[in-house]
Amino acid sequence: MTETTTTTVTLLRGAKILGGEPADVLIEGETVTAVGTGLEAPQGATVIEAEGRVLLPGLVDLHTHLREPGREDSETVLTGTRAAAMGGYTAVHAMANTFPVADTAGVVEQVWRLGKESGYCDVQPVGAVTVGLEGRKLAELGAMHDSAAGVRVFSDDGKCVDDAVIMRRALEYVKAFDGVIAQHAQEPRLTEGAQMNEGLVSAELGLAGWPAVAEESIIARDVLLAAHVGSRVHICHLSTAGSVEIVRWAKSKGWNVTAEVTPHHLLLTDELVRSYDPVYKVNPPLRTEADVLALREALADGTIDCVATDHAPHPHEDKDCEWGAAAMGMVGLETALSVVQHTMVDTGLLDWAQIADRMSFRPAAIGRLAGHGRPIAAGEPANLTLLDPAYRGEVNPAEFVSRSRNTPYRGLELPGRVTHTFLRGRATVVDGKLT
Amino acid sequence: MKRHLISAADLTRDDAVLILDTAEELARVADRPIKKLPTLRGRTVVNLFFEDSTRTRISFEAAAKRLSADVINFSAKGSSVSKGESLKDTALTLEAMGADAVVIRHHDSGAPHRLATSGWIGGSVVNAGDGTHEHPTQALLDAFTMRRRLVGADTGLGRDLSGRRITIVGDVLHSRVARSNVHLLTTLGAEVTLVAPPTLVPVGVGAWPCEVSYDLDAVLGKSDAVMMLRVQRERMNAAFFPTEREYARRYGLDGDRMATMPEHAIVMHPGPMNRGMEITAEVADSARCTAVEQVANGVSIRMAVLYLLLSGAVPEEPAAGQTRTEESK
Repeated sequence: MTETTTTTVTLLRGAKILGGEPADVLIEGETVTAVGTGLEAPQGATVIEAEGRVLLPGLVDLHTHLREPGREDSETVLTGTRAAAMGGYTAVHAMANTFPVADTAGVVEQVWRLGKESGYCDVQPVGAVTVGLEGRKLAELGAMHDSAAGVRVFSDDGKCVDDAVIMRRALEYVKAFDGVIAQHAQEPRLTEGAQMNEGLVSAELGLAGWPAVAEESIIARDVLLAAHVGSRVHICHLSTAGSVEIVRWAKSKGWNVTAEVTPHHLLLTDELVRSYDPVYKVNPPLRTEADVLALREALADGTIDCVATDHAPHPHEDKDCEWGAAAMGMVGLETALSVVQHTMVDTGLLDWAQIADRMSFRPAAIGRLAGHGRPIAAGEPANLTLLDPAYRGEVNPAEFVSRSRNTPYRGLELPGRVTHTFLRGRATVVDGKLT
Repeated sequence: MKRHLISAADLTRDDAVLILDTAEELARVADRPIKKLPTLRGRTVVNLFFEDSTRTRISFEAAAKRLSADVINFSAKGSSVSKGESLKDTALTLEAMGADAVVIRHHDSGAPHRLATSGWIGGSVVNAGDGTHEHPTQALLDAFTMRRRLVGADTGLGRDLSGRRITIVGDVLHSRVARSNVHLLTTLGAEVTLVAPPTLVPVGVGAWPCEVSYDLDAVLGKSDAVMMLRVQRERMNAAFFPTEREYARRYGLDGDRMATMPEHAIVMHPGPMNRGMEITAEVADSARCTAVEQVANGVSIRMAVLYLLLSGAVPEEPAAGQTRTEESK
């Protein structure tokens, strides 16, 4: 990973750009310098034969838990960005629920600096909305924006900004610097002690229910608040069919509302909780088949703007226990693209150009992230992901580069594999292996 | 029968009837001057209680001892668990000590399921109540009590509860007793009706094989047995119902209500009772109330469960002086 003075030159031959006709892509230094057919490989260029592979803009994650500072036993900025690179990501937004919380310019700058040093993936810190994620007092949002980290996305993720006045003020305040509030929609009183989706399965298992309405009521309130103050709100990890309806309605009004869905909510249902295996314990909880289908449809029609991983690493002991004692969350960076291919591409709901939109263009636009989510064209930064869509393989957590292994996909056969990731022209992944 | 007893839903009709019949046979031991059988001599039963429940623990303890098993009581309070030991490490410790069966009571729904399926231990797991999930031996002793009273101790042998109408009243939402009873009674052919204020019925109950009513008086006249569940007074503070008195008025069983039940019908309660709340003293002390009988029957049922789970794999009688080995489990 050392800097070299000589310019790196790479020629991708015959890659299907956004799944289209095969073309050659020339990368010189940090930039894509030519796109076309029959390009000549310059002297000393690395040539990658990419027939049959799909070339996408580097993926952008709006929702990643890198755990550093504080929980380096589950993930660090370095291990998390390595996992991101393996998953085809070139930029991730690091959530604020660290220890200490990223609620000051000092902490967001620390995370930003660690990201720079890692060199595997750009790290854009997310700032907390309220001090200590406690929902009472606004954090210094302006200071975090003005810091070297240049924060534009603010979230108390893990906790809901449930106080309507605090939420209103936050939405208003960030208008001054084109910020966005990313809301973790979970009405706290309706979810006290909640363990899983409230429905047929929770009734049988005797696990405290997490009703869909606890998510939907907050989303309904927040889209109205955003409209009222003329600001923009982003809904984190939308998980219910009802939430989709509310976002669809808000968008039909022309309001500035965006939303994300996680790969696991596109695939898994609460039926899996019957095993009482805490690997399926996640916030928001796995919902029903009807919800899964509604989420897929909403991602396809654009009601849901993007896929975000909610990569949430936890140490083994926090999942190797009884359900009630287990931590919530799943790792997702290294499996996201495969799950999305499985649920959205192989089902015919989205083509690769639309995947580029949902996993790169739109999340970069929501985060106002410069240099990412750009078209693959001459003059653009060479943030690129090359994948082999024909690959089929079982998920083996032992192969993860993330420090944690809490994946719900162990042993599941999934399609697609990232073979190369380029961060500003430099390969971070080559032939499916970290450089 | 399976190796574990985690959920009443795991029992087939034949399994359940076998347990009831076995319990009937073992109940006769209690009538002998020496209440002991040598059946489980040399086997170790651990009572692993993460939640205080003296009644259930001593019931299992008495059952295991009457079958001559060695009993180890492990209570979470004042043990390594209160110092932060995980369920896994506790389980590995018990495994190392050679537990043939672990009877577990836990505040988390699913903990016995985890214990049985995680590979931490090799012995049988018996669920003695997990969170708000299940309490299968309670359901079995309830069914045993009903069969004795409604069908007959001797005439009941080999028979189920076909056509009997059972009403379960109270905090169904938080009740592991109700969940296990709905499964087991349905398996045994009974028709179950749950009665509760709508706040204490789980969302999703529509998929259960039973009826739900919000009106106690409407169902009492057609019930062969009425099971009153304990209602914790704390529920009132969480707005499940307005006041204790209102609950007692609408869903409590008093003498007047009991009089509307058919003459043969019985009143059941898993205990401990809140006299004056879900049941009045008049009803609790009447001859129709089987609460004390249920306790006695609990020992017989737990003997039957331990016997059936453990006797299927009885190890060879060890030669004199030979100690247990890992392989003998």
